[in-house]
Amino acid sequence: MTRRLVFWITLSFGVFMLFQFFIPVVGGAYRKVLDWMQVIYLSSLLVGVIALGLQHLRKVSTLSSGWGYSLVTVAGLVAMPVAAFWGTGESSVFFWLFNNMQVPMQSTVFSLLAFFVASAAFRGFRARSLPAFLLLVSAAIVMLGRVPIGTKLYFDFPAWSQALLDIPSVAARRGILIGIGLGSVATSLRVILGIERGFFGRKV
Amino acid sequence: MTAGNFAAAILTLAIFSFLYRENPFFRLAEHLLVGLSAGYFTVIAVQGTLVPKVLEPLQAGDWWVVVPFILIILILGRLTEKTRPASRIPLALIIGAGAGVAVPALLQARILVQLSATMKPLNSAANIFILVGVITTLVYFFFSREHKGWWGKLATIGTWYLMIFFGATFGNTVMSRISLLIGRLEFLFGDFLGLIK
Repeated sequence: MTRRLVFWITLSFGVFMLFQFFIPVVGGAYRKVLDWMQVIYLSSLLVGVIALGLQHLRKVSTLSSGWGYSLVTVAGLVAMPVAAFWGTGESSVFFWLFNNMQVPMQSTVFSLLAFFVASAAFRGFRARSLPAFLLLVSAAIVMLGRVPIGTKLYFDFPAWSQALLDIPSVAARRGILIGIGLGSVATSLRVILGIERGFFGRKV
Repeated sequence: MTAGNFAAAILTLAIFSFLYRENPFFRLAEHLLVGLSAGYFTVIAVQGTLVPKVLEPLQAGDWWVVVPFILIILILGRLTEKTRPASRIPLALIIGAGAGVAVPALLQARILVQLSATMKPLNSAANIFILVGVITTLVYFFFSREHKGWWGKLATIGTWYLMIFFGATFGNTVMSRISLLIGRLEFLFGDFLGLIK
């Protein structure tokens, strides 16, 4: 029963959203469905947040290994919404937590990737074939084109780097985007027509 | 030095300590980051979407808002085993409507715009290189025909373009991570330790 209902909801909303593009008079209904989609999307992410909180609370309540870390996660999870009750302006506690704890940690985690990416490149970049050589050379030119030492080594590195990004990179990216576009359109039609049924759930 | 700078510096050092090896300071900061990010997202979701799109219309007497309200309840059903099948209904709506919106949008943005940007007059080397690159990249991704003979040669040229693209993207990613690293080091040595004026 649920599977049949899921199929009909998918089909009817898929067909409506597809054809509204050609029928501008239904613009109001289209915007309403977009709002519903946004609400569902955020609610499903909230389900994830609630599940995360419950999982860590379970670890704390049973004092299982690493429960102290789970307590820190729960504290962070509760601190932000509680702080937001007293406002989210620039002088608020919420903004202080965001600016002095979340943002520095986030950017440090991403900056850590510089070390790992560099070490992976050192181990992985070997010019064993022409494609591997092209990969190595284009990465080196783009990196050297972005730092002062590159200009000192050869004055034209920035121009070379820009040319690599503007011509062959753009061509390959367009090829990939066209491929993704065609694949996505085909998958969307399969979903609307009920050929792709992975999200319907198991047959009961 | 402010309390905010002090907290930011301690947490930055805790994350950097992972470069030595995994340790309790790093794990503490990692768990705090997960909790704060989830909490931040919750606030933004409630303030930015649920209040203006559900609560405010409800207060204004817009009864259409009952629909998303029911959908929220159904999606929350995912949290228990018994009510989980009901959560497929809002998921069906979002997947069906998303697929419907995607078809014309992708045809426009991913296919027609890219094709029209490629079909330029062949009056410059750059335009010729780009046209050749797009065609050969598409040939490489066309797996319904075996990559042999002249077709295979075109596919090989396509891989060269792809490798240059991957290399350039890799270079850009490394440089963006390095600039983040420089930012953190500038903060530590400047705002925290005061060694950089």
